[in-house]
Amino acid sequence: MSRRLRVNPIACEGHGLCAELLPELIRLDDWGYPIIEPTEVAPELLGLARRAVDACPTLALLIEEIPTRDG
Amino acid sequence: MTGTLAGHPGLPRLLAGLDQSGRTMSQSEHERIHGALPHLSAHELIDAVQASGLRGRGGADFPTAVKLRALAARRRVSAVVVNGSETEPASAKDRLLLSRLPHLVLDGAMLAAEAVGAREVIVKLNERAASSLHAVAGALPLRQRDPVPVRLIAAPDGYVTGEETAVMHFLNGGAPIPTFVPPRPFERGYQGRPTLVQNAETLAQLALVARFGPRWFRELGTVADPGSALVTISGAVADPGVYELAFGTPMTDLLAAAGGATEPLRALLVGGYFGTWVDSASALGLRLAREDLRSVGCQLGSGVLIALGESACGLHESARVASYLAEQSAGQCGPCVHGLRAVADSLEALADGGAHPRERDRVLRWAGEIRGRGACHHPDGAVRFVESAIEVFGGEIEWHRHNHCTARPAGLPIPASASASASASASAFRSAASEAKR
Repeated sequence: MSRRLRVNPIACEGHGLCAELLPELIRLDDWGYPIIEPTEVAPELLGLARRAVDACPTLALLIEEIPTRDG
Repeated sequence: MTGTLAGHPGLPRLLAGLDQSGRTMSQSEHERIHGALPHLSAHELIDAVQASGLRGRGGADFPTAVKLRALAARRRVSAVVVNGSETEPASAKDRLLLSRLPHLVLDGAMLAAEAVGAREVIVKLNERAASSLHAVAGALPLRQRDPVPVRLIAAPDGYVTGEETAVMHFLNGGAPIPTFVPPRPFERGYQGRPTLVQNAETLAQLALVARFGPRWFRELGTVADPGSALVTISGAVADPGVYELAFGTPMTDLLAAAGGATEPLRALLVGGYFGTWVDSASALGLRLAREDLRSVGCQLGSGVLIALGESACGLHESARVASYLAEQSAGQCGPCVHGLRAVADSLEALADGGAHPRERDRVLRWAGEIRGRGACHHPDGAVRFVESAIEVFGGEIEWHRHNHCTARPAGLPIPASASASASASASAFRSAASEAKR
């Protein structure tokens, strides 16, 4: 199972908490909306990623689980 | 103006029997030219479509058989939606098909509906396409033998209203604006059930594949791009209009079909406003084929080609289109709302000579950052257009800083009330969208 972060851009209002909590994978564009690193969420960052997901006031940040061949 | 390349064997196909009168083809005339609607099992139809290599003609270029097979494997498919929105301002092919040859499109919709087990067909049109609405409404009562009922629905105009999730949202009672995916319509669409959405030309092509078979379909075109395509050619050509051409046709023949260029060409815009500018020197060496277009970073999109003459200013034209695309944002996603406006304003400043040339680097950075960050592909298409404008016309930025550009507008079509009505309806959508969020 590989995990990636994804934003629902319709729900996102650019509060920016995610970038505060997880600068390793999220930065903000010139208007305050998150730009997500398109890489997998490394296991050691998963806890922080979950915290960022929980902190989003509009529930716009998601962790997508992508099944891989070896499960 | 409509037509085909004079004397090309095997053409016209879709446009066979169409004259310059502007009349809608009657059902009897349609059946005299193409024969009656054949009966095929779902397997026979989908296998024929797969062997034909037909791909979607609405811009996404997706293999039609793959979509049909995915829907046929699902239960309780609610509808086949004929997407005749055609919100691309420079495209006229779907309007031509629906207003002049509605029976061909409806034939394709019926075949598809039977193959995927859909309960109804919904023809979704742009409310600005009065002649299409009139022709389809007139054709429906004549089709007594159709196996499933057909409904005709008109939706407001707007660049993003034809995107398939926007079509679903509108049919389900919402505003005609895109939604977050998944679910895609084939998973959960109209009435929350699997729905097949196909462009009008795709269904017209399918109706011919069902009648004449994949081998016949492949008699035109190339191995990778079989068949014919409807191309809307406009700009600096003598006879702008919709032309049916075989894939593989050289670009120079395409222009010749439209009466030839009216002046030396500076560039071609391939694929409409989500498309790509190509310098005329490289464009004229291409064929109408995906591999050729891909080699210069292009896609055919919905089959739009605009010729820009040397007397026009590519920077100013592109800035106008970029501004239109920014206005046409549904107003839902931050990177699209703010990003496209900023990119369009900067491009305009570069064209007007009021910006430092480094502004160009900022536009390119923004373009890279905006890509992929909307719920739909509107921002992606818009930044692709802007990046290609800078690549092809960027060398003229320095000149515009020191000289007053007097080029006349080349007349790239922008819907007349776009700025007024689009921003009004966009703000209505925005308030609807923010209400939905609460």
